[in-house]
Amino acid sequence: MDITKLTVHELQEKLSKKEISITNITKAYVENIEKHEKDVQAFITPLSKEALEKAKELEAKVESGEISGSLAGIPIGIKDNICTKGIRTTCASKMLENFISPYDATVMEKVNSENMINLGKLNMDEFAMGASTEYSYFQKTRNPWNLKSVPGGSSGGSAAAVAANMVPWALGSDTGGSIRQPASFCGVVGLKPTYGLVSRYGLVAFASSLDQIGPITKDVKDSAILLNVITGHDEKDTTSINTEKIDYTKALKNDVKGLKIGIPKEYFGEGIKPEVKQSLEKAIETYKKLGATVEEFSLDIADYALATYYIIACAEASSNLGRFDGIRYGYRTENYTNLKDIYRNSRSEGFGAEVKRRIILGTYVLSSGYYDAYYKKAQQVRTLVKKEFDKAFEKYDVLLTPTSPTVAFELGTRSNNPLEMYLADICTVSVNIAGLPGISIPCGVDSNGMPIGMQLIGNKFKEETILNAAYTYEQETKFRENYEPTFKGGAC
Amino acid sequence: MKVSREELLHIAKLANLNLKEEEIDTYLLHLQDILNFANIVGNAKVEGLQETIGANDNYNVFRKDEVKIFENNEGLLQNAPEKERNMFKIPKVIQ
Amino acid sequence: MSKEDYEIVIGLEVHAELSTKTKIFCSCPTEFGAEPNTHTCPVCMAMPGALPVLNEKVVEYAVKAGLATNCTISRESKNDRKNYFYPDLPKSYQISQFDKPLCTNGKIDIEEDGNVKTIGITRIHIEEDAGKLNHNEFGSGSLVDLNRAGVPLIEIVSEPDMRSSKDAENYLRKIKSILEYIEVSDCKMQEGSLRADVNVSVRKKGAKEFGTRTEMKNMNSFRSIVRAIDYEAERQIEVLEEGGKIDQETLRWDDVSGRTFSMRDKEDAQDYRYFPEPDLVAIRLSEEYIENIRKNLPELPESRKKRYLEEYNLTEKEAKMLTASKYMSNLFEQALKICGNAKAVANWLLSDISRILNEKELEPDQIPFTAEELAKMIMLIEKGTISSAIGKKVLEELFENPKDPEKIIEEKGWIQISDEGAIKEVVMKILQNNPQSIADFKAGKDRALGFLVGQAMKETKGKANPKMLNEMFLAELNK
Repeated sequence: MDITKLTVHELQEKLSKKEISITNITKAYVENIEKHEKDVQAFITPLSKEALEKAKELEAKVESGEISGSLAGIPIGIKDNICTKGIRTTCASKMLENFISPYDATVMEKVNSENMINLGKLNMDEFAMGASTEYSYFQKTRNPWNLKSVPGGSSGGSAAAVAANMVPWALGSDTGGSIRQPASFCGVVGLKPTYGLVSRYGLVAFASSLDQIGPITKDVKDSAILLNVITGHDEKDTTSINTEKIDYTKALKNDVKGLKIGIPKEYFGEGIKPEVKQSLEKAIETYKKLGATVEEFSLDIADYALATYYIIACAEASSNLGRFDGIRYGYRTENYTNLKDIYRNSRSEGFGAEVKRRIILGTYVLSSGYYDAYYKKAQQVRTLVKKEFDKAFEKYDVLLTPTSPTVAFELGTRSNNPLEMYLADICTVSVNIAGLPGISIPCGVDSNGMPIGMQLIGNKFKEETILNAAYTYEQETKFRENYEPTFKGGAC
Repeated sequence: MKVSREELLHIAKLANLNLKEEEIDTYLLHLQDILNFANIVGNAKVEGLQETIGANDNYNVFRKDEVKIFENNEGLLQNAPEKERNMFKIPKVIQ
Repeated sequence: MSKEDYEIVIGLEVHAELSTKTKIFCSCPTEFGAEPNTHTCPVCMAMPGALPVLNEKVVEYAVKAGLATNCTISRESKNDRKNYFYPDLPKSYQISQFDKPLCTNGKIDIEEDGNVKTIGITRIHIEEDAGKLNHNEFGSGSLVDLNRAGVPLIEIVSEPDMRSSKDAENYLRKIKSILEYIEVSDCKMQEGSLRADVNVSVRKKGAKEFGTRTEMKNMNSFRSIVRAIDYEAERQIEVLEEGGKIDQETLRWDDVSGRTFSMRDKEDAQDYRYFPEPDLVAIRLSEEYIENIRKNLPELPESRKKRYLEEYNLTEKEAKMLTASKYMSNLFEQALKICGNAKAVANWLLSDISRILNEKELEPDQIPFTAEELAKMIMLIEKGTISSAIGKKVLEELFENPKDPEKIIEEKGWIQISDEGAIKEVVMKILQNNPQSIADFKAGKDRALGFLVGQAMKETKGKANPKMLNEMFLAELNK
């Protein structure tokens, strides 16, 4: 039995039957990291040694009855923009190469209180800006399905580590698709919760009104379990929603009879790769077969949403990243005589090109004379996008789209043209603009064996609906039984 | 809207970023490209629509006026590039 | 043309630190004077990932200030980010309010020589204070202390309704007095918890358009503000008279040289890029919330003045002066409660104490002694233990080295001589030495009595009971 191929709920079962131990699990993962990390390069800060020690400690505590809990001793990987006390949090940036957070993010407090084991901090695009993880200052993560391909981004390290069985599951963050798109590229499940469902306290902000932390898992049930862990009202985040906690695993009914699925036809238009389209069409047929009603409709906001996304995300980022000034923490240039030098040189040397590009765009759209034409307009379009989704959810329970118009592309083939790269986010960004939940699950592979992702979008706080729809499809199609990453493409 | 070189440099200054001479044209091109695309928001029918502020409908979320001391004060200063007497040191600023 | 042909136009932006226990967006204490960076946390130090949460008291205090200055309270309000880089601003943006401040459209009355003038208040908004840069005199750099970063402020923006430095002073005193009365700020100018940005322009009398204004930031004493306005107005008039033009700019007032200096360098190409703060949610105030605050608003200076006129039989001027400062007024009421003599307490506060405050350039809240000590001194005079001449000396002592007045007079040996035998001894001695005065008195010159009493006081170093002296001299002379 290869422990690392098991899902977390399978691990829990075996743990409770005492077929395996906490140290067995962590050891198996540490061994797998040793085996694959040189090819995949998903970790910025691996914590294998600490994890093994922690596993021993937890095992003793569980045996003595000091602690209990169904997740005690389950390992996890953490995207490196989530603050971990005492462990460096780099955001994959030179700016924070040696930054040690003085506090834990709220989600980390929750993970720690479940006595889970942190296997390491995972690679990403610098400050979560990018869709391929190629914009990491440290390394380029590879897609376990083809090492010549990108894992997607920005949570590429998280998705690749889950796909490569180097962690059983991971936390990512999603501002415009950063959980769902890499999940799609790596053939795993990625959930972006409704804005406000998960506390953002301790998530290094990219775009405050769009960012959400969410799970990247091997299957839908794990996604529900990890969502149970990280949700809950947080007084430290005023945008956090104060509602009763839901047990999302109870929503997994394996039944979609009567579910009304809307297919926004604009997401299937030009730009979508034929194999992706075919795969999605097959998935639609599956849903029909399972008793759901499916209807095509028009959601004519995709282009607006994308432009709005880049205006708002960059504007907020330009302000959020002002704090990286070389004074209290982070990179400080060696080349200075006065304060101005510290600011300009630290920021110019500490940030990568894509981050600077977005700061400049964001500064521009907020600057005097352009605010009304860009930022203010974008905020109005945002209202329009929400209204359009509201209308759609009057008719449908779930919207079904591709997660990305393409499968994972080869490294270095797209990053020269930022606009082209931005356009590839067309399927995911409107979900963030409207603050909705969205899940990406694998729905097949293309002729090269690369995974294709399907996105299910739900109404606000209807995670249960999309989780059930995803679960039912997953039970029917059993992607994980039919396909697995091959690590082909060799070390580069 | 056409972005001029001067405008780009002004924006970079506001953002406290240096642009190397050889970078300027690329940044200008990319910025222009993206703005041309972003201009599409000008076509959206938004008359009479409120601006969205914040991504959800929360309001009046306040904190009680009660003191809590952050327990890891040391951790707040441990990342400082330069410090003196528990303060962050910077080159002399004349006000 | 001359100075008299010009009109000065002044507007004030007053920043008052609110006297909440904790900062505006985190639970760190606001106390003044802590060790550097010990009142900090991830939020006010702008650690990556930290988020602000608004202190409910800040909203309440701002609404109080708005109601006390006759503002309209906004039912719907929000916070905005003001973006600029400075080492005392750790996030590189200040959370403030831009287009939806909590309070708008207020006004207060100021008074000069019986003339009442209404000054409009454009808006009051909430924002966070910045940290502090310590300039190391000997070392090579500056040191950033963020204890003050995130201390709550309200900014009260006036209309350009003031026409002289005196107006500006009166306005600021009134604002200070109101904020003290409603207990939202301790307004300690010397600690910087009340400070003002002063906008000054000049125009020809009768002109409709305002002139170009200059701004002097962070002024924190009445005297500097008056001097700076007078200087700056004169400078502007001179520039205009010489055919020049005024640049709209920020100036720095230098108290030592008594001049303003251009700060052009700091200002170059400022563009604050305000936008709604996405980390905070909207503020919606209900009618009940606002009415509840209105109902519980403490007594304001105007109504306290009225009460003084009715209850204590003070003059209009006395009542006005006493109530101008809540501190002074509270001192009055507390001392009065102990000694029961309103007129005496008022007299001491408004004459000798005010004179000393003036001489020492102190504000009433810097009075070092307590109401109890003041009351005790007054009671000692009433009882005849000391004369009022000694009382003045006790007061001087209370300013220098405040303690129980009884202790003071004991230590200094200032107790009044009221012993009949001792007084008689002095009286007899003075009469013996001044036969001419006795003759004068008998010849009908009443002045002679005064002279004799004066001599006796001299002899006793002011300690003899003047009433007893008077009576005894009369008795002896009429024998």
